[in-house]
Amino acid sequence: MDLSTLTITEARRALDAKEYSALDLTNAYLDAIEKKDGEIHAYLEVWADSAREEARAADAIIARAESQPLTGIPIAVKDNILIEGRITSAASKMLENYKASYDATVISKLKAQGVVFLGRTNMDEFALGSSTENSAYGPTKNPHDTSRVPGGTSGGSAAAVAAGMALAALGSDTGGSIRQPAAFCGIAGMKPTYGAVSRSGLIAAASSLDQIGTLGKSVGDAKILFDAIRGHDPMDSTSLPDTKDLPVAERKVIGVPREFLKDLSPEIHTQFENTLETLKNAGYSIVDVALPSLRYALAVYYIINPAEVSTNLARLDGIRYGLSVSADDIGEVYSKSRAAGFGKETRRRILVGTFVLSSGYADAYYRKARSVRELIRADFAKAFETVDAIVMPTTPSPAFKLGEKNSDPVALYLEDIFTVPVNLAGVPAISVPGGTVERDGKKLPVGFQIIGAWGGEQTLFAIGKDV
Amino acid sequence: MTVDIAALAKLARLEIQTDEMVQLEKEIPAILHFVETMQSANAPEEEKSPAHRNIMRKDENPIESGKHTKALLDAAPAREGDRIAVKQVISRKK
Repeated sequence: MDLSTLTITEARRALDAKEYSALDLTNAYLDAIEKKDGEIHAYLEVWADSAREEARAADAIIARAESQPLTGIPIAVKDNILIEGRITSAASKMLENYKASYDATVISKLKAQGVVFLGRTNMDEFALGSSTENSAYGPTKNPHDTSRVPGGTSGGSAAAVAAGMALAALGSDTGGSIRQPAAFCGIAGMKPTYGAVSRSGLIAAASSLDQIGTLGKSVGDAKILFDAIRGHDPMDSTSLPDTKDLPVAERKVIGVPREFLKDLSPEIHTQFENTLETLKNAGYSIVDVALPSLRYALAVYYIINPAEVSTNLARLDGIRYGLSVSADDIGEVYSKSRAAGFGKETRRRILVGTFVLSSGYADAYYRKARSVRELIRADFAKAFETVDAIVMPTTPSPAFKLGEKNSDPVALYLEDIFTVPVNLAGVPAISVPGGTVERDGKKLPVGFQIIGAWGGEQTLFAIGKDV
Repeated sequence: MTVDIAALAKLARLEIQTDEMVQLEKEIPAILHFVETMQSANAPEEEKSPAHRNIMRKDENPIESGKHTKALLDAAPAREGDRIAVKQVISRKK
């Protein structure tokens, strides 16, 4: 088996045909991790022993001819998705020794299929960042050029899949955290419609934006994993009722927000136009769409995100779980534990969130941002009356150098310009490989983002396969 | 715009060292300046009904009492018997 090209579909066929066992497949991935991860650092922890046990159990299921699409498939899990009894740290010192007391709903669903869990992957602490450099355990490197970032926050998951150290992976996407690292690492990454996948057991960053999604080498792999984890969950009151899929749209009309893309760099623009040409040749018509409120998206996002983050992280106070620093009274236990446990960007977001929610400023910042968010949502709703999907590059540039954007938080926030509108509106989107650009003699992948209407995942997969 | 970082830190129950305070006094206003562009958006003052609805459950115990006690206590940094131990709320030293 060649791990650099293997897909879930091919592995399923080979496993069911007994060409190799699930244990052989898992061992191949464990060997790849052993060989490569010293340099890449995609994993925070590898579960070799339990992975082999899970693989043996999968082989028994396969022997009984009872395999499901993911039986025996080795995947990686982002370090903010709970697996009972396992450490889940959200790449923070705060939760360095926190053992999850229950399974996330997505994990229960995968366990029921006999999936093999290879390990937990690196990320920006509490899913705050765009490069995986905010991990308390050191950055992950991009497999295409180890002097560059893999993107973030699901950078470990993306790098693991791209480097052949996992067949597929789970991530979470709050403002682009699956799509941007998928783009930087040259793989497919999808963020479902808000509410399509249960958030129960996902360590919350910004609850109205967070969504668990999938990363795979192909669009097909991202779809298979999504099909396995989706569905209503009584444990997540924001999960959507189970409904029939919207059918794949038949109009084959794709919208491009030209006005929003007018400042694209020439090389990203060229790659984007090339992909549009491919879609035209596949029978799609390409039209302009107006999304005038998208110019406010980054500002709205960087108010709503810190507001929700500061609220969610208030629970981490050294009392119920996680790091606790001893002090004379409980107030000092809170403030000292939080100072010791949270990294720099996390502290920054908590303070910005506290500001925008504070009395005297909440109207001008938080409440205003919520109403502008509705304008953005309305822009998408209007556009989807006439088009099946909206496309744009996933990022304004390819993977940047480690450390390049460390000194100025706002410079890093600008990286998210094409991904955050999707989370604000709650629509689904997928990033698929969209060509390469050259930097320092190395070919770096860039992403092509396809955005669908609410519940329009099947249309995204169909278009993604035509790219 | 100047922002009282020390007051924010107190509200957020977060201890901030002096050198970081100096840095944050530049960074936080820069971030707030960055999000200012939103102020020119012509949004209605009243938020329209959002796309999601509230889900309620009955006000009753959904699980058997004590079912999760051990798992939750095991996660706590300090415990005394079946209770999570905390430091005193008011210190005599102050």
